[in-house]
Amino acid sequence: MWRYAELLPLPANYHPHLPVGFTPLVSAPQLASKIGAKRLCIKNDAVCLPTLSFKDRVVAVALATARRFGFEIVACSSTGNLANAVAAQAAREGFKAVIFIPADLEPAKILGTQVFGAKLVRIAGSYDQVNRLCSQIADERPWGFVNVNLRPYYAEGSKTVGFEIAEQLGWRLPDNVVVPMAGGSLITKIKKAFDEMIKLGLVDSRPVKFFGAQATGCSPISTAIKAGNTDIEPQKPATIARSLAIGNPADGHYAIKAISSSGGWAEDISDAEVVASIQLLASTEGIFTETAGGVTVGVARRLYQQGRIAPEETTVLCITGNGLKTTDVFAGKYAAEPAIAPRISKFDEYIETLDENPTPVEA
Amino acid sequence: MTVTVQIPTALRRLTAGTARITCAATNLGELFSTLDTQFPELKPHLRDDSGEIRRFLNVYVNEEDIRFLGGNAYAFQDGDEVLLVPSIAGGAPDDGKGCHPWLRGS
Repeated sequence: MWRYAELLPLPANYHPHLPVGFTPLVSAPQLASKIGAKRLCIKNDAVCLPTLSFKDRVVAVALATARRFGFEIVACSSTGNLANAVAAQAAREGFKAVIFIPADLEPAKILGTQVFGAKLVRIAGSYDQVNRLCSQIADERPWGFVNVNLRPYYAEGSKTVGFEIAEQLGWRLPDNVVVPMAGGSLITKIKKAFDEMIKLGLVDSRPVKFFGAQATGCSPISTAIKAGNTDIEPQKPATIARSLAIGNPADGHYAIKAISSSGGWAEDISDAEVVASIQLLASTEGIFTETAGGVTVGVARRLYQQGRIAPEETTVLCITGNGLKTTDVFAGKYAAEPAIAPRISKFDEYIETLDENPTPVEA
Repeated sequence: MTVTVQIPTALRRLTAGTARITCAATNLGELFSTLDTQFPELKPHLRDDSGEIRRFLNVYVNEEDIRFLGGNAYAFQDGDEVLLVPSIAGGAPDDGKGCHPWLRGS
C-alpha cells in the first residue's frame, strides 16, 4: 500500500518497514453464478500482511504517526483484528502495546494478540464499553491510542483499500462496492479514496454505489438506512460476527451519508446466514474469510436477490478478515473423518462410501 | 440529591479547566441547564440550536449509555456518576491537509 504514501498523512521522509496491503483483487465467477451476479470481484484482505485483516493498513499509518509524536506506548480498543494488527506492528516497530478487548473475543484473536508480547486488558463488557473506557484512559495517560487520539491518521489508512481496487480494475472505478460495517469508517474512506483518485485524474469520474453490510444481531447502521434515518439508535450487540459488534458506531452518521448520497443501500443477515456465506465463499472461490466476510457475502447475495445490484455491473466485495481467526463458529459443523489404515484396499472401501455421500460439507 | 458530572479533557478549555462538578439535577435537561449556567461557553458543544443533544456527544450514567436508560426521560438517582464522552469519529479533513500538496487546493 506504500505506493500511495503521498496520499496518506505520513511524516516527512517516512520509510516504511513492513509490507502492508496490496492484497489481491480476484474475479469471482463461481460465487457470481451462485448469487445471480455476472461481474463480481473480491478484494481479498483475508491475506493482508502482517496479521490477515485490513486493520494492518490503518495501524501502519497510525504507528508512523505515533513515532512522529513521540509516543512510547501504543494502545487500542478492539474487537480483535485491530488488536492483532497493533500487537504485531508494535513489536516490529519497537513500541510497547496495551490492547483493550471485550472479554468474550474469539480465542484465536486473543492468542494472536498475546503472542506478540502485547499487554492484553480484557474488559467484562461490550466493545462499546471498552471503547468508552479507552476514551477516558486516553484522557489520562500519554499513550497513542490508534483509534482514539491517533484516529485522524489511522482512518486515512483505510483509503488504500479504495486506491488498490481502482488500480487493480485497470484504473477504473467499479459500479458498486459492498463493505462490512462495524464503526462505519471503512466505507466512508473507500468513498474518499475514489473521490481523491478522480480529483487527481487517476480514474474517470463515474457514479459508484456504496452498500453496507451488517449482521442482524448488531445492525444500527442498516436499521437506520432502512428506516430512512440520518442518525443511528445504539444497539446491544448479539451476533457471532464479533468483529462487527459495535452497537454505537462513531462513524455511523457518516456511513449513512456515504451510502444514501451514492444511491446505495444497507442490509443485514442472520448468524446462520453468516456461517453459510463463509462456506459459500470458501467452496466457490477458495477464500476462507472470517464472520465479517460472511456478512459481506451474505448481504451481497441479498442485494442481488432484491435487484438493488444489477448482475452486469462491476461489483467489488470487500473481504476484510481471515477465517482462521473465527473457526469457533464452525464448532460441531463438520464431523471428524474416520482414520483409515494406510492400505490401498481400505482406501478403496472408504472412497466408495464417500461416493455415496459426495458432499462432505454440511450446509 | 447529588449527581456528579465528569467533563472530558477535550471540553475543559470551555470550563476553565474544571473536570468535575456536582449538582442536584433530576434529569438530563436540568443537568444541561446547570452546565449552561455555570459554563456558558460549553453550551453550544452540548446541544444544537434546536436544543437536541449533539450527535457526537455521548452521555453515560454509571457506565451505561443514557439512551439505554430512557434518555431525556431518565430520572437521576442520588449518587449517579455522569460521564460526557465525545465520539471519536471522522478523520482528516477532505482538503488533503497533512497529505501531499497534490491533494490540496483545487
